[in-house]
Amino acid sequence: MSPRMQGTVLPWLVVAAMFVVWEIGVTAAGLPPFVLPAPSAVFAAFAEFYGPIMGHAMHTLGTTLAGFALSVVGGVALGVAVGSSAVAYRALFPVLIGFNSIPKVAIVPVLIIWFGIGAVPAIITACLISFFPITVNVATGIATVEPELRDVLRSLGATKLDILRKVGLPRAAPYFFASLKVAITLAFVGSIISETVGSNEGVGYLMIQASSRFQIPLVFAALLVVAAMGVAMYLVFAVIERRMTFWATRGIDAAYATGG
Amino acid sequence: MSDPAARFVALEGVSLRYGGAAQGTLAVQGLDIAIRRGEFAAVVGPSGCGKSTLMKLVTGLAPASEGAVIVGGHEVAGPLKIVGMAFQNPTLLPWRTTLDNVLLPLEIVEPYKATFRRDREKHVARARALLATVGLAGFEGKYPWELSGGMQQRASLCRSLIHEPALLMLDEPFAALDAFTREELWAVLQALWMERRFTCILVTHDLREAVYLADTVHVMSARPGRVIETRVIDLPRPRDLDASFAPDFVEIVQGLRARIAEARAEQLRAAA
Repeated sequence: MSPRMQGTVLPWLVVAAMFVVWEIGVTAAGLPPFVLPAPSAVFAAFAEFYGPIMGHAMHTLGTTLAGFALSVVGGVALGVAVGSSAVAYRALFPVLIGFNSIPKVAIVPVLIIWFGIGAVPAIITACLISFFPITVNVATGIATVEPELRDVLRSLGATKLDILRKVGLPRAAPYFFASLKVAITLAFVGSIISETVGSNEGVGYLMIQASSRFQIPLVFAALLVVAAMGVAMYLVFAVIERRMTFWATRGIDAAYATGG
Repeated sequence: MSDPAARFVALEGVSLRYGGAAQGTLAVQGLDIAIRRGEFAAVVGPSGCGKSTLMKLVTGLAPASEGAVIVGGHEVAGPLKIVGMAFQNPTLLPWRTTLDNVLLPLEIVEPYKATFRRDREKHVARARALLATVGLAGFEGKYPWELSGGMQQRASLCRSLIHEPALLMLDEPFAALDAFTREELWAVLQALWMERRFTCILVTHDLREAVYLADTVHVMSARPGRVIETRVIDLPRPRDLDASFAPDFVEIVQGLRARIAEARAEQLRAAA
C-alpha cells in the first residue's frame, strides 16, 4: 500500500476498529445506554435526530468559523507586532501568556452578561481560545530571520517594512499554516464551551439539553459530528498549507512516496 | 592621502566595543586599513580577531566607537547602499527560485526598486546572464534546496552582484564548501572580479584563498583586532591552481602563516 493510500485508508480502519471494540465492550459489560451507549445506539440516535443535529452543527460551524476568522486577523496582527519588535515582545508576551492561561470557560458567563445569550459569546470564545497559537507561530517565524540575511537586506537600504514583506512574512508562512490546523480545532472547543454555558442553539446547547434528558446516545452522536467537522476543517487547512508552503517541506512527500 | 580613489575604503584609528562603553568587549582597536578603488583586499587573522566586525564597520551595520570609517569619500554613518554582501551561509530564500533570489536586491535597492516591475524583463535578462557566468545556466527555475552547497554559494554571489555594487563584502563565503568546490569558486570569483573590477573585501581564514584572490592581504592581530601586516600580492593574473603550488606563492602563504602564528602566540601569552 502506498503511503498516500495509507493516509486515506488507515484512519478509517482505526475508527472502525474503535467502534467494534466499543460495541463489543458495551454489550459484554451490559452497560445501560444512559451510562455509555453502544455505537449502534449512537448511530440510531444520529439517524433519528439527523435534522436537529445538522441544524445545530451548522450553527456551531458558523460561529466557529466566524471566531476563527477573527482570531486569524487578530493573531496575525499581534504575531507580526510581537515578532518584529523586541519592545512589543517584552511588553506583550507576558500578558499574552497570562491571558492564555485563563480557562476560557470562566469568561463565558461574563460574555453572556455583556452580549446576551446567543452566537456572539460563542464567536468571541472561539476567537479567544484560538488566537494564541497563531500569534506565537507568526511571531516565531518573523523573529527567527537569519541575522546575515537581515544584514544583506539592510546593506541594500531595506526598511523594516521591506524586511518584513520580503522575508519575515514569507518565512512565517509555514509556521502560520501549521498553527491554523491547531487553531481551528481549538475554535470548535471554544464555541461549544460557550454554547454549553449559555445558548439556545448549537451543538453545545444540544448536548446539554440531551444529557439533561438522559439522551446520552444523542450526546455522543453530536460529539461525533463535532469530531467529524474538526477533522474536515483540519484537512482543509492541511491542503491549503501544502499548496502555500510546498517549499518548506522541500518535496518530502515525493521522497517518501518513492521510498515507501 | 587626499586621493579618494587610493582610499576608497579607509578605516582610521577605528575601535569598536560591544556591549557598553566601559565593560564591553573590545572587538577591534586602532584599526587602520586603506583600500584602493577596484582593489581586491583580503583580511586574514586568528579566529575571533574581529574580521566579521570589520565587515559590519565598513558596511555601516555597526557604528565605530572611535575613529572614522570612510567609504567612497564619505564617512559612514548608517547602512551603506552601494554594497553587496555574501556570507558563509548562502541565506537564499527557500520560497523563491534561484532567479528570483538573485533579483531580490533589485526589489529593495534604489534606483531599481522604483521601476522594478516596469523593467523586470531587462533585469531578468541580466540575472540570467550573471547566473550563466557562474555556471548556473539552466538552474534559474530551481529552488535553493534543489541546489548543492556550491551552487547555492554561486547563486549567493550573483545576488550580491546583481545591483552592480561598488563594493563587495565577502565573509568567509567558501568556508563551508569542500576543497574542490572551494577552489572552483575561487576561479569563478576571480573571473567576475577581473571582468567587473568592483572593490572587494574578502574576510577569510584560508591563507591560500587570500593569496590566490587578493591584491593585498591584511593580517589582523588577536582580539582586540588591528592590522599588524599588509602584504601586497603581485602575482600575475589570472592566477590558477597550479600557480598556487608554485614556490613564490607557497612562500607568501608561509610568511602569512608565520605572522598569524605569532599573533596567536601573543594571544595565548596574554591569556596566561
